[in-house]
Amino acid sequence: MIRADHISKTFEGRTVLKDITVEFDTGKTNLIIGRSGSGKTVLLKSLVGLHDVDQGKIFYDDVCYTDLNFRERKAIRKDIGMIFQGGALLDSSTVRENVRLPLDLFTEMSEGEKRDRVDFCLERVRLQGADHLYPSELSGGMVKRVAIARAIVLNPRYLFCDEPNSGLDPQTSVVIDNLIHDITKEFNITTIINTHDMNSVMEIGEKIVYIHEGNKWWEGTKDDILLSENRELNDFVFASAMAKRAKSVAK
Amino acid sequence: MIKLFEHIGKYFMLLAKVFSRPEKGRIYRRRIMFEMEALGFNSISLTAIISTFIGAVVALQMAITLESPFIPKFMIGYATREVMILEFSSTVVALILAGKVGSNIASEIGTMRITEQIDALEIMGVNSASYLILPKVVATVVFFPILTLFSIFVGIIGGYVIARWGGLMLPGDYIEGLFYYFEPFSITYALVKGAVFAFIITSISAYCGYYAKGNSLEVGRASTRAVVASSVTIMIFDLILTQIMRV
Repeated sequence: MIRADHISKTFEGRTVLKDITVEFDTGKTNLIIGRSGSGKTVLLKSLVGLHDVDQGKIFYDDVCYTDLNFRERKAIRKDIGMIFQGGALLDSSTVRENVRLPLDLFTEMSEGEKRDRVDFCLERVRLQGADHLYPSELSGGMVKRVAIARAIVLNPRYLFCDEPNSGLDPQTSVVIDNLIHDITKEFNITTIINTHDMNSVMEIGEKIVYIHEGNKWWEGTKDDILLSENRELNDFVFASAMAKRAKSVAK
Repeated sequence: MIKLFEHIGKYFMLLAKVFSRPEKGRIYRRRIMFEMEALGFNSISLTAIISTFIGAVVALQMAITLESPFIPKFMIGYATREVMILEFSSTVVALILAGKVGSNIASEIGTMRITEQIDALEIMGVNSASYLILPKVVATVVFFPILTLFSIFVGIIGGYVIARWGGLMLPGDYIEGLFYYFEPFSITYALVKGAVFAFIITSISAYCGYYAKGNSLEVGRASTRAVVASSVTIMIFDLILTQIMRV
């Protein structure tokens, strides 16, 4: 479980997160949705510790993450996997080296054990034959899958995904969504996905938090969304004509 | 002025992160070897070309300037040696490498910053500053003095070639000049300068890249800032080191 307790964040006088309190459940795919510029990426990066919040506290299970110093946070960070929007793979390393890096740095595994673990993770994301390729030789979907493999190589307890479907075609997006969802269930991870892809919301969203102008505007399940009367949420989620029709049918 | 102090403060805070205890020595050793090849070994050809020509030009200029029956010919060899050891091979080669190596480091780390590769390392619990910058600093501080020695050697050969085949003087006179009033400490001085300038180039360029923000345009700007800041700092430290170590 990850919990944000009244957190606020300001950049150069502009308040981006306003007193947000929210809890993300273990073993579920939790989604943060919102318009571009609404503050959802800042929320995700604050939760993961890339931004220090100005006010409030963040808890990882029972541990108050905001009260920890750099060295203490390191212990929790080894339990965190993150998939960045662009993949953030190291350009100068091959797929295998990228996935293997956390093992090299933080484990005492033998060469054979590391090889087996990397093979397992690459197999899990269906990239067995691509281990010798460099990031520049991969398609967008493959980059995301390598990022997922790297994120799960240390068996994380918490998984963060920043717009994992951006730049992908609808079919590949579904593959990535399902992969993240399956991994969440398989390893009982607390997964938080930042997205504005409505297909993801309807496919894998178990708990959804809507951020609007830096505020937590709404939270619920994907079924609740269909019945919600929240105007801003409806304007965002059902922006397209097709989505509006879907909602009226659901009603 | 306040901005300058802010940069200096941030630079030293970054250095503190760079020199904090590394995660695993073995990984760092591998990265140091890689950086030695990328930043040092790959600069050998550039250093060789420039040093050869500068050595030849210095010898030629000396021959023209010192054309007097009262000045012995071996002074050309002597002057070439002194110019190469005291200034060219350490300072000028450092300025040239600030352009090549400095911009390379700033753009590499800057690109890693804007594509969130540095954030990815931080999330993993890696001290990104140490992991990315320390191997570069160690590699260049070890390798640049070797490049300095190489530059001195090649420059003197360049001078010899022009002296001999340009008909400026007898080869024996040039060689006599090379050994005339030779102060071995001048080599130590050149090596110290090489190491200090290597540290300046690498750390300042890494700083400019590490704090790059925005898009690819900003990476270009960080790269330019790295070259300018490294070059100016090299000149300042050239003066300071010369004053301290007076040969």
